[in-house]
Amino acid sequence: MSSYALKERVFHHLTKFFAFLVLFFLVAIFVVLLVKAYPAIEAFGFDFLTDEKWAPNLGIFGGFPAIYGSFISTLIAMLLAVPVAIGIAIFLSEVAPSRLKSPMGVSIELLAAIPSVVYGMWGLFYFAPLMRDLVGGNGLGLFTAGFILSLMILPFIAAITRDSLNTTPQILKESAYALGATKWDVIKDVMIPYAKAGIIGSVILALGRAFGETMAVTFVMGNVHNVPDSIFQAATSIPATLANEFNEADTELYYSSLFFLALILFIISFAIISLAKFHFLKRRKKVSDRKHKWHKLVKQWRRK
Amino acid sequence: MSATDRRKVINKIVLATSTLFAVIGIFFLFWILFVLLKNGFEALNLSIFFNDGAPPLSVEELEILNKSREGLELSEFEQEELSWIEISGLRHAIIGQLMLAFGATLVGVPIGILAGTYVREYGADSKFANLIRDLSDVMMSAPSIVIGTFVYAIVVSPTGGFSGYAGIVALAIMMLPIILRTTDDMLGLVSNTLREAAIALGAPKYKMIMQVVYRGAKVGILTGILLAVARIAGETAPLLFTSFNTNFFETNLTEPIASLTVTMFNYATSPYEDWQQLGWAAALILAGFVLGLNIVGRVLLSMKHISTKKIFKKRKR
Repeated sequence: MSSYALKERVFHHLTKFFAFLVLFFLVAIFVVLLVKAYPAIEAFGFDFLTDEKWAPNLGIFGGFPAIYGSFISTLIAMLLAVPVAIGIAIFLSEVAPSRLKSPMGVSIELLAAIPSVVYGMWGLFYFAPLMRDLVGGNGLGLFTAGFILSLMILPFIAAITRDSLNTTPQILKESAYALGATKWDVIKDVMIPYAKAGIIGSVILALGRAFGETMAVTFVMGNVHNVPDSIFQAATSIPATLANEFNEADTELYYSSLFFLALILFIISFAIISLAKFHFLKRRKKVSDRKHKWHKLVKQWRRK
Repeated sequence: MSATDRRKVINKIVLATSTLFAVIGIFFLFWILFVLLKNGFEALNLSIFFNDGAPPLSVEELEILNKSREGLELSEFEQEELSWIEISGLRHAIIGQLMLAFGATLVGVPIGILAGTYVREYGADSKFANLIRDLSDVMMSAPSIVIGTFVYAIVVSPTGGFSGYAGIVALAIMMLPIILRTTDDMLGLVSNTLREAAIALGAPKYKMIMQVVYRGAKVGILTGILLAVARIAGETAPLLFTSFNTNFFETNLTEPIASLTVTMFNYATSPYEDWQQLGWAAALILAGFVLGLNIVGRVLLSMKHISTKKIFKKRKR
């Protein structure tokens, strides 16, 4: 018996140790990035966030162009993707004939699984030349990057939004139709309010993804460290800077500045993702609670 | 126009707009898919699987090669030239990618499954278990390039160089939260009566978990592993400064190792046409691999659903 007790203890603590690793890695990532970024933090302080000049040969590093590029390209991506994705979700859950719903839904979900580097390659060989013909310049820049990001997150938002819309209880929709509501009335006054938390959560989660996405952007950013006058000019973003320059960094301060950028990216992504997960997508308790409430209401209503 | 008519018109307009948006979005997504398939299949040929990376071809060499592939007659000079041409392939990248993915699976899967087991079987609803669940969710969406820089700092710079091992560590760290969460969810589907039966027979908890719970959740856990492998196989950013890249066939994990994703990135951004074509071939192979794993995972999962549904029906009777 005692050997069983011993084995049980070993197994219990082994599993606990591995579960603890998740916490350990997250803390370790933060600490390691902070330590590695320290020389740059010491040298530039918070001015790093607003300083526009990035001149490795002079030993001057300012992170503003990269941070600005990340924010603007993500903003463009969200502005383009959210309406289209919600349109696709409404189409998939309400408009499409039922024969089309399932195959189209599955293909959208599969598109979400395509590696982002493929999107980047398409952008480089097909979309950038198109942009070059349309607006001039070399076709690379914030808008091109934002557009490709929007395509990358499109299937992701559409799939989750459709799932959230589909959780609306049939009885609620039917009651609204019985009152003479049109399809759009039902969507806007019943389904969207019901699925609001899920939709906002998925949008913010997609925002976090777009913000930290490397490969879809690096191909088409242009990688120029300045704040462009228009969104059609070459720029850079934090992940693109890291991907392009990490292997070229030759001084400690250069490395350290890149680690500083990585730290900023990590903190911002962490904040965005936590907001989405803990505020809007708190599925474990709230969603089941709410479902429970609805079921109770519906039951009561039926009894009457 | 009455209020009802107005609502009807608005309804029509909005639904038409949403259909239009759907068409636009799906058009672009299928354009990408089409481009991938067209360029990929054009570039795909057997030599890709047998040759390693080689220097890019000159314009004349490329012309001769294309001529011979189209079956046109070649002059004596061109034939001699053709025998000299070293055609680049992707064998080194395919093997390297498989080694990296396999290594990461070997490290990440057992750790992830055991961690998931703790969260579901021992932690259950405790604060610590819920904290680990939440942190895994966050880590799952954390930018992969940050994990690359982290592994660079803890593995590459202390050991003094890029290595396959560093790439494996980076991918395994990415896998851990994914496997943890799916294991957690899948173990939750195993009914408690099975657990109670095992405990009632006097089995210690670890035996109950290993012999009863794991068996019940086998298919689900396997699906989780497949989806996690699919997810990390498409990652480029964490490999850029860990396993780096090489143009040679390399199976020594202490050396830099080529991967399809990084090779693709390097070839696609190069100015040489034959390298760009190879990039498309790599993209097709990679996307095929990732989508294949996803489809197999989905089929398994739907089979799983059917079987649980059947069990439910039986119980009701």
